[in-house]
Amino acid sequence: MQRNVHLSLTLNGEPAEVSFAPYKTLLELLREDLGLTGTKHGCELGECGACAVLVDGQPQLSCLVLALECQGRAVETVEGMGNGAALHPLQAAFADLGAAQCGYCTPGILMTAKALLEKEKTPSRERIKEAISGNLCRCTGYQQIFEAIEEAAKRMRE
Amino acid sequence: MKVLGKPRRRVDGRAKVTGQTRFADDIVLPRMLHMRLLRSPHPHALIEEISVGKAQAHPGVHLVLTGKDFPVTFGILPVSQDEYPLAPEHVRYVGDPVAAVVAKDEQAASEALDLIAVRYKPLKTISDPREALQNPEPRIHAYSELGNIHRLQAFEFGNADEALARSDHVFEDLFFYEGNTHLPIEQHAAVAAVDGEGKLTLWSSTQVPHYVHRALARVLQLPAAHIRVIACPNGGGFGGKTDICNHEMVAAKAAVLLGRPVKICLNREEVFYLHRGRHPVLMKFRTGVTKDGKLTGMHLQTLVDGGGYGGYGTASTFYTGALQTVTYELPRYKFDAARVFTNKPPCGPKRGHGTPQPRFGQEVQLDKIAERLGVDPAELRLKNILKPNSLTANWLKVGSIGLEECIRQVVERSGWKQRFRKMGPGKGLGLACGSYLCGAGLPIYWNRMPQTGVQLLVDRSGQVTAFCGATEIGQGSDDVLAAIIAEVLGIDPFDIRCVTGDTGITPIDLGSYSSRVTVMMGNAAIQAAEKLKEQIALAASEQLGVSPERLAFANGKVGSMTFVEAVGLAEEKFGTLGSVGSYTPPRSPGRYKGAGVGPSPAYSYTACVVEAEVDAHTGWLTVPKIWIAHDIGRTINPVLARGQVEGSVYMGLSEALMEEQVFRRLPPKLSGALVHKIPSLLEYKSLTSLDMPEVDTVLVEDPDPNCPFGAKEVGQGPLLPVMPAVANAIYDAVGVRIDELPITPDKVLKALEKKSKGEAPRIGPESFPKVPYPEPVVVPPPWEGGDGNALQGAQRPKLKVSSA
Repeated sequence: MQRNVHLSLTLNGEPAEVSFAPYKTLLELLREDLGLTGTKHGCELGECGACAVLVDGQPQLSCLVLALECQGRAVETVEGMGNGAALHPLQAAFADLGAAQCGYCTPGILMTAKALLEKEKTPSRERIKEAISGNLCRCTGYQQIFEAIEEAAKRMRE
Repeated sequence: MKVLGKPRRRVDGRAKVTGQTRFADDIVLPRMLHMRLLRSPHPHALIEEISVGKAQAHPGVHLVLTGKDFPVTFGILPVSQDEYPLAPEHVRYVGDPVAAVVAKDEQAASEALDLIAVRYKPLKTISDPREALQNPEPRIHAYSELGNIHRLQAFEFGNADEALARSDHVFEDLFFYEGNTHLPIEQHAAVAAVDGEGKLTLWSSTQVPHYVHRALARVLQLPAAHIRVIACPNGGGFGGKTDICNHEMVAAKAAVLLGRPVKICLNREEVFYLHRGRHPVLMKFRTGVTKDGKLTGMHLQTLVDGGGYGGYGTASTFYTGALQTVTYELPRYKFDAARVFTNKPPCGPKRGHGTPQPRFGQEVQLDKIAERLGVDPAELRLKNILKPNSLTANWLKVGSIGLEECIRQVVERSGWKQRFRKMGPGKGLGLACGSYLCGAGLPIYWNRMPQTGVQLLVDRSGQVTAFCGATEIGQGSDDVLAAIIAEVLGIDPFDIRCVTGDTGITPIDLGSYSSRVTVMMGNAAIQAAEKLKEQIALAASEQLGVSPERLAFANGKVGSMTFVEAVGLAEEKFGTLGSVGSYTPPRSPGRYKGAGVGPSPAYSYTACVVEAEVDAHTGWLTVPKIWIAHDIGRTINPVLARGQVEGSVYMGLSEALMEEQVFRRLPPKLSGALVHKIPSLLEYKSLTSLDMPEVDTVLVEDPDPNCPFGAKEVGQGPLLPVMPAVANAIYDAVGVRIDELPITPDKVLKALEKKSKGEAPRIGPESFPKVPYPEPVVVPPPWEGGDGNALQGAQRPKLKVSSA
């Protein structure tokens, strides 16, 4: 009896195909079937933001997205953020400025911030706060995250 | 300093921003099975029967385990070995694990859990300390000291009653600090596997791999030498991963029985049940002062709600009184404490371990004292600060104290003198201070061995690998290790490979708790690196014809040759290179029973000013800005140090304003059980990015001679003053005292209503129950001729009902 379903999508810019149990969320598909464990989970109920990825450029909580909904769509995760070996400016700024402490909420915040900076080149501090308000971080107190996003925006404008 | 003090990317920074950091749940092994735990739905019950037949027969199920498979108990403290991996006959909180299913995937395991039938006989629920005191039966644990009182402690360092009697003023205040939880974003996970040699490996999100290692050997009755525990980098710890967990023991046993890897990852609800968070503490402070504001003595009583098991609780209870003496001069001090068992998830250490609760009380009371005496609260504190290199009334040896500078910094930067009591209606400033350990002086099981070890491997390639059992929980312990070795050897921190937190291949480190890692691991790292440096210098000096002392190790060079060349010469001269270093804290002068909790190689100090705004119509609270100054001794990496300070401010503010672990009793028709009100991230409120105020952070450097390059802790101390500073700011804003945490708008509104009716404008505990504190252990303070020992005849607390 065949129980798995089949999905084709664009994953971090490359075509990908995967066969998996139909009940899985995008989060489970990424972590368990595609081996991309960079995307994290903190609640599986859409409360913490740790699992945020980009679906067609929009930040989505992958724990709330049924994987089957992603047929033909473009999914981006933290693994696909850099340009080859070079870090994305957000990644570099996060590493340099202390925006990642334990690093667990980091992939979700990076993806959310990436979507923000793709829409707005010079977001205000208030806009940044608002954009990541669905991503909980228990380590940093957020200050260094705000600063890293601002620094990355600056580096991206230059 | 070539490395220390300069802002740098942490050595593990790249892994953390690329998703390459491998947390426990990221580990996937061939043929791996998945485990789920069945947890008690009753807060207090006896298990009469468990039927697992249907679960065993469920497709995909490989193994079902119950309490009978685990005859041996465990517990983090030798005095509280009171937990079974799976409860065999008595469950003590909603969430107590009773059975485990191992299956091909989580789905099948979850389905099988529903097929396990457990017949419970519910017992009367003990929901809080008052009920625990009133109901010695049913006993939650047979080993408790008296009825449902787990532990009783009483100490008297000089006659405090007499000191209070001759004081110009005596202040008596009651405070309550609600329990709350760590809420690391990473849920606890563990993977167990038997390797090709038949030995067990456990990967776990733990802050204490060494203690887990010991517990596994005990519970599984396997030789410790055949067990390896690897602490994966933790996705946040805050103390929530410092206890030994049921799921670690059960997954390990399952892997041994099945010969296949077994993984478990708790869901968020289960993390709330596992808990081990901040103890709810009721406190009564009686403090004497002279008319010019010098403290004369203090009598502190605490009543600690422990939840269902011992855990770290005995130590936590000592900590509700141990550090009241290290901030201000306190000539006489009396401390009584009791921890009770209740049918709630077990409490334990959360950032500040047992000390934030009394710190809240002490600093709010100081604010009240300052007001009554008409003294500026900052001046009152400056007047009372402990002198550096002091012995305290309870025989703690304190070294450097940078608190005066911390206070001056936050006073200056916040405009305190111009703005305190002058901000107009609804706006206010509050000030508070704190101090914390830089590592617990004693290990949690008695031994004379080092608390930490560092081993270095270096060879002709110039590579330096540092092995240490220390656990990276986000605080940056790998970065500290690399930075200190780099500083000594004159190389770049990125040239050092850190291998940490692995009991199979790294020297022991007791774990990431009590803010011990920088000081202890750092001292061991210096020792190891200095030994290596000596060999390299000797070999290089022969070649260069200069004396070894004159060779500078800097910028990847040894004198005029490269570090790699010098290492090659050393390998030629001495054979294979390597060195070890270790650290044991200095012995504390306290000799009385109970003196083991509180000593530390050094103490950190913090001062904080909070600005608050209160809407008098709604009670709504806003905190626009916080100023904080922390005496860190010396900064290793300012980027990380600032992150620790601001993360502490965040967590402290969140505890002050909203975090609470609360329970409610179901109506009788729904069993009357006591259940968790909010086991989810949505309902357990914590500050988001939108709620976080601006933080002005200052690092004050007052190097301590016991610390590596003088560096003290920064991970926990900065949390301590935040909560009382918030309460004091609210008083400055609207003239109401909220003597309990969290301070929510409804409490502020209620206090404002009382104020408008002319009643005492205060919300907080109204009474302190009668607690049968024992006769105290009497220890004369150093200035009253004591030698650190208890007086004869008072060595052991005797149980006696005293008036409270």
